Amino acid sequence: MAETNAGIRRITEQEYKYGFVSAIETDTIPRGLSEEVIRLISAKKKEPPFMLEWRLKAYRHWLTMKEPAWQNIHYAPIDYQEMIYYAAPKSQKDRPKSLDEIDPEVRKTFDKLGIPLKEQEVLAGVAVDAVIDSVSVATTFKENLGKLGVIFCSFSEAVENHPDLVKKYLGSVVPYTDNFFATLNSAVFSDGSFAYIPKGVRCPMELSTYFRINAADTGQFERTLIVADEGSTVSYLEGCTAPKRDTNQLHAAVVELVALDNATIKYSTVQNWYPGDKDGKGGIYNFVTKRGKCAGRNSKISWTQVETGSAITWKYPSCILQGDDSTGEFYSVAVTNNRQQADTGTKMIHIGKNTKSTIISKGISAGHGQNTYRGLVKILKGATRARNYSQCDSLLMGDTCGAHTFPYMEVKNATAQVEHEATTAKIGEDQIFYCRQRGLSAEDAVNMIVNGFCKEVFRELPMEFAVEAQKLLSVSLEGSVG
Amino acid sequence: MALLEIKDLRVKVHDKDRDKEILKGVSLIVHPGEIHAIMGPNGSGKSTLSQVLAGRETFDVTRGQVLYDGKDLLAMSPEERACNGVFLAFQYPAEIPGVNNTYFLKAAVNAVRKHRGEPELDAMDFLKLFKGKMKALQMHESLMSRPVNEGFSGGEKKRNEILQMAVLEPRLAILDETDSGLDIDALRVVAEGVNALRSPERAIVLVTHYQRLLDYIVPDHVHVLLEGRIVKSGGKELALELEKKGYAWIEQDLGRIPAEAAR
Repeated sequence: MAETNAGIRRITEQEYKYGFVSAIETDTIPRGLSEEVIRLISAKKKEPPFMLEWRLKAYRHWLTMKEPAWQNIHYAPIDYQEMIYYAAPKSQKDRPKSLDEIDPEVRKTFDKLGIPLKEQEVLAGVAVDAVIDSVSVATTFKENLGKLGVIFCSFSEAVENHPDLVKKYLGSVVPYTDNFFATLNSAVFSDGSFAYIPKGVRCPMELSTYFRINAADTGQFERTLIVADEGSTVSYLEGCTAPKRDTNQLHAAVVELVALDNATIKYSTVQNWYPGDKDGKGGIYNFVTKRGKCAGRNSKISWTQVETGSAITWKYPSCILQGDDSTGEFYSVAVTNNRQQADTGTKMIHIGKNTKSTIISKGISAGHGQNTYRGLVKILKGATRARNYSQCDSLLMGDTCGAHTFPYMEVKNATAQVEHEATTAKIGEDQIFYCRQRGLSAEDAVNMIVNGFCKEVFRELPMEFAVEAQKLLSVSLEGSVG
Repeated sequence: MALLEIKDLRVKVHDKDRDKEILKGVSLIVHPGEIHAIMGPNGSGKSTLSQVLAGRETFDVTRGQVLYDGKDLLAMSPEERACNGVFLAFQYPAEIPGVNNTYFLKAAVNAVRKHRGEPELDAMDFLKLFKGKMKALQMHESLMSRPVNEGFSGGEKKRNEILQMAVLEPRLAILDETDSGLDIDALRVVAEGVNALRSPERAIVLVTHYQRLLDYIVPDHVHVLLEGRIVKSGGKELALELEKKGYAWIEQDLGRIPAEAAR
């Protein structure tokens, strides 16, 4: 066992592979938060009055709120007046007409991450709306999508070109009063992605965004809004890697999804923000509000997340199942290693009749990592014959980490069926020995066992993402057991 | 030269704050082409011996030496031993949920090939290789698309071990109570799998309680392991004698217990 733990340490102490800072000039505003700063952000983005109003309402509400304290995570107090709330790459002032005009430094950053835009454009058929810091720097495939009436652009562009859609749906799932971090986001969000899939359109390619925190001490406040109109289908990919930092950085994003009658939205995330060093120094605070509303009949929203990064991950991608016969799904792999903490899960709110939800959560803890699953299944009075199935599995690697499960269930309709299964297992020394006796190295053995453990989630990911997720997992857990 | 040479091997295990010596000076020489059977009652140290040879780290080797092909076996990691042709058919094979049985075996084959400097097999070549072996072991194809050992019956697990052995083609195969829990038909199939592997370059060490398996796999040498020592060695007739007279006979023969108690 001592050997095993030494092996765990060896692998888990691996340095973050994507830690680098690219020297892009950034255009920032002064530190701190005030109405003035919000007006400045709105002005810099040349927003229409309704947006400024909305931001200000959020800001005023935020001033009345207290930071929540119920979570099973610990962090030093955040000084909101020390943060910079807006940063844009300088070269962005003149928007590039094509990929060729993109700042070479920005492109290098993507190359280091293994996401050559040009190649993706040609080979993968993925439209990338790349976010470096807070402003979108590249949007591809817009023309092809445009032919089908699909709108896929930065949030700023959406505000400029499709104000009616933004006005109609912004805050319709996550209102500006929702929670401390979502409200802060509503006040100061800098940019993000917007997608609208018109009636009956099956989006022919996966829409994808790569996020990246770049400027030091810059809080990232992304906002994503996806609306799938009646009978439409879309798959959206979100992936993150962040450069190495010594000071903690807050990332408080908001994602809102709206699915109308018979529409389907699949939202996949691979999150690999900088997790801090092995002693827990530095790293991103990922406090995100993600929620989807199955507003229409027979609509479906499916969240898949692979969370390997961040010092702290705190998020509950949720589904409001309002339309009758609608479906919500949540598939999650969360890895905590070294001093990482995660408090994540989902909320499934059953409102409509015959609504169904599935929750598959896989938590992996190594080193001194703490992993919490927290989930709510709420069946309201009118949700006749609602069904839920939840499965929460935890895998422990070594004897210094922890796994916690907090399932909440509120059932107010007697015809509902709610099932919950939970397991906790320690990665078996006998499993690793078995693999090694067949010729596999300890690291390959761990990767294989962990990937097997996560299989039910990985198979929900789009192909190329699944490969990336497996790689990420092996990087974050390399050597976790020996 | 001997393929395996165990010299005065002493092994202890740390259990409940106490060290317990399990192997108390085992010596054994196995030449290529030979089949050795190691027999003994429960708790005699048979499984410990197999596990130590395979590289399990939960045991402490306190004395002695093990040479494999002239090299220090105990200095090698479990995967190095495997890549150099040492195979252990486990008494209780581990289950690995979510990992496809075929995928696992292919990874194992390619790890060994890589070590030997041979090109890795692609999916097609691999399928060809193992389909034939599977048929010989009368294994149902559905077992290959299921997770490694998960939900397998006892017999299916044992056949899966023999399948892995057949595909990996080790130079030294150690079978740890592969016969336990098998019905007579499964036993015959497993024995055929082992016999098919018999060759002048290869050696097999069978660890077993019962003589039953030795009706199908005829050993060249039989050793009796008792309380951590090999107390008697002989030819295949020793197994028959044991079967007839029981382990107590040996103990009595060694003067440990009076003759009346042995009866």
